[in-house]
Amino acid sequence: MSILVDKDTKVIVQGFTGKEGTFHADQCLAYGTQIVGGVTPGKGGQEHLGKPVFNTVKEAVKATGATVSMVFVPPAFVGDAVMEAAAAGIELAVIITEGAPVRDMQAAKAAAVKAGMKTIGPNCPGIITAEECKIGIMPGNIFKKGKVGLISKSGTLTYEGANQVVREGYGISTAVGIGGDPIIGLSYKQLLPMFEADPDTEAIVMIGEIGGDLEIQAAKLIKEQITKPVVAFIAGQTAPKGKRMGHAGAIISGTAGTAKEKMEALEAAGVKVVVSPAEIGKAVKEVMEARG
Amino acid sequence: MNIHEYQAKQIFQKYGVPTLRGIVANTVDEAVEAAKELGGNIWVVKAQIHAGGRGLGGGVKLAKSIDKVRELADEILGMTLVTHQTGPEGKLVQKVYIEEGANIEDELYLSVVLDRAAEMPIIMASTEGGMEIEKVAAETPEKIVKVPVDPAFGFQGYHGRELVFGLGITDKDLQKKMIQFASKLYQLYMENDAEMIEINPLIRTAEGDYIALDGKMGFDDLALYRHPDIEAMRDISEEDPDEREAGKYGLSYVALDGEIGCMVNGAGLAMGTMDTINYMGGTPANFLDVGGGANPDTVAKGFEIILKNPNVKAIFVNIFGGIVRCDRIANGILEATKMVDVNVPVVVRLDGTNAEEAAVILEKANIKNIITATDLGDGAKKAVAAAKGEL
Repeated sequence: MSILVDKDTKVIVQGFTGKEGTFHADQCLAYGTQIVGGVTPGKGGQEHLGKPVFNTVKEAVKATGATVSMVFVPPAFVGDAVMEAAAAGIELAVIITEGAPVRDMQAAKAAAVKAGMKTIGPNCPGIITAEECKIGIMPGNIFKKGKVGLISKSGTLTYEGANQVVREGYGISTAVGIGGDPIIGLSYKQLLPMFEADPDTEAIVMIGEIGGDLEIQAAKLIKEQITKPVVAFIAGQTAPKGKRMGHAGAIISGTAGTAKEKMEALEAAGVKVVVSPAEIGKAVKEVMEARG
Repeated sequence: MNIHEYQAKQIFQKYGVPTLRGIVANTVDEAVEAAKELGGNIWVVKAQIHAGGRGLGGGVKLAKSIDKVRELADEILGMTLVTHQTGPEGKLVQKVYIEEGANIEDELYLSVVLDRAAEMPIIMASTEGGMEIEKVAAETPEKIVKVPVDPAFGFQGYHGRELVFGLGITDKDLQKKMIQFASKLYQLYMENDAEMIEINPLIRTAEGDYIALDGKMGFDDLALYRHPDIEAMRDISEEDPDEREAGKYGLSYVALDGEIGCMVNGAGLAMGTMDTINYMGGTPANFLDVGGGANPDTVAKGFEIILKNPNVKAIFVNIFGGIVRCDRIANGILEATKMVDVNVPVVVRLDGTNAEEAAVILEKANIKNIITATDLGDGAKKAVAAAKGEL
């Protein structure tokens, strides 16, 4: 078991024949992901990586029965691509592309919500259900199968966290990189209950960072609904105010969005909060042992 | 990207958002000419820097004669203005804006920003003009009127009504003027991919007009490609030269005031590395994300930028190789040490894809300044010790 995606999930790639799309679709295929085709306008009818190419998402969905799209189109076209996926009846769009304008993502997210399509990202490593299905750019080999779910705003911290969990002798059920942009798709609020309901997830690691208040909302939800142990790390305790730390959304404005405020809220909700990402593995071990 | 007040007002004027007449000046003589051209008998000399709090810092002053304009322009141009937003080092004033005077009856606040929770732009207004909005929000939140606008449907009549009744404006004419003001501001926010617009204060004059007395605008960097006119307003002297240089090479850099230089892949891990250094008793000298495509050139550039900072006593290279293979990064580090004179200890932690091959490469090269680490905690501990001269 897992959340959102598994070995039977059928995936198409938007921006299939581009450099990034090609490289990562190939890696996903090698991992075992069921990539059933892709979309590149004007290249419909061709074959790429042994899979059919379509001009539109609608055609691709009709021909392949795909329910998930992995989006690699360039930043200027991401809004359009996500809206197209929503209109074509895709159930989940995983948006890897970095650098999409905020206004475009705002409109795309609104269209997705209206159509009932879930989104992950943009500017994220994607989602992986260990040893079953990888939809994104993460190094698949570090995600050994196990019982720990992982949600992270940061790509490399996802790898760091998963790696430590595996080194402590545990493994990952599903890991979701939600991205750190101001407008993102699925977040802690939606994903935590999915992990709570997943019988094969026993503990959850959540990795957040400065900026916005998603982690504060998560703390509230954990207190009310989540019974499984949660380990959390919030990046940016040492970040200065008013400076953007790499991610477009990672900025402390005024007194809001600080790591301290988020860590305190999570601790108050019973979450095991670590002050350094180097402690994630150890903390997971503790909560798993306490669970027995 | 942020712009100056005088530039924001140029955009306001284009959209019919009322401003006072003003002229920007680079020299004292230009300032005097500007005042003469504007006419009248009262002028305001305003320092143009990308930071708020200019008035309190002594960068905005009133002149009641041309001689006084000359005196004030001479005083303000070239001064280092320190405000609560500039940091203690302040900012050099290179331009002043000469603006005509106004009969101020009341000061309000108006802004448009992205509400991340609602996922749409929000218009915020307050009767407490001239104050820091964060302070108003903390002390008297009931005095802030918030009106979210869904871009799918645009600015509607009810948005305007919520705004004016929320502000307690009862005069019909003033209501109409305020609604027009806000709807134009919303329009220019959307059409220019602005990240925020803040007018503080927005004044009501004795003549019964609403006017933007100040104007602050920031734009979504990722959308600048479709706004060449805004990109042309960029003032590079307002940007940190090291951050800018780093940006050219695809590196994301922010200077801090500690002793341990950091070079990391990924923004989250970069922050996590700073936090871990802090946790181990050290202080980070910078945030530096080399991104996914780290190669010998970008690593060398990273070393160069980090080492420009004289406070750096050690460097911690922390890479979690995913798609990027660690052996390639190890080679990159070796190449980089040939290109740049690295004269402080460098703690290197390479984990992930091909980490073992990478360790062999670094060991064989046997460079005196390089200390290898097995994981994040070990690396941070060693970097802290190295900075203290204990390694």
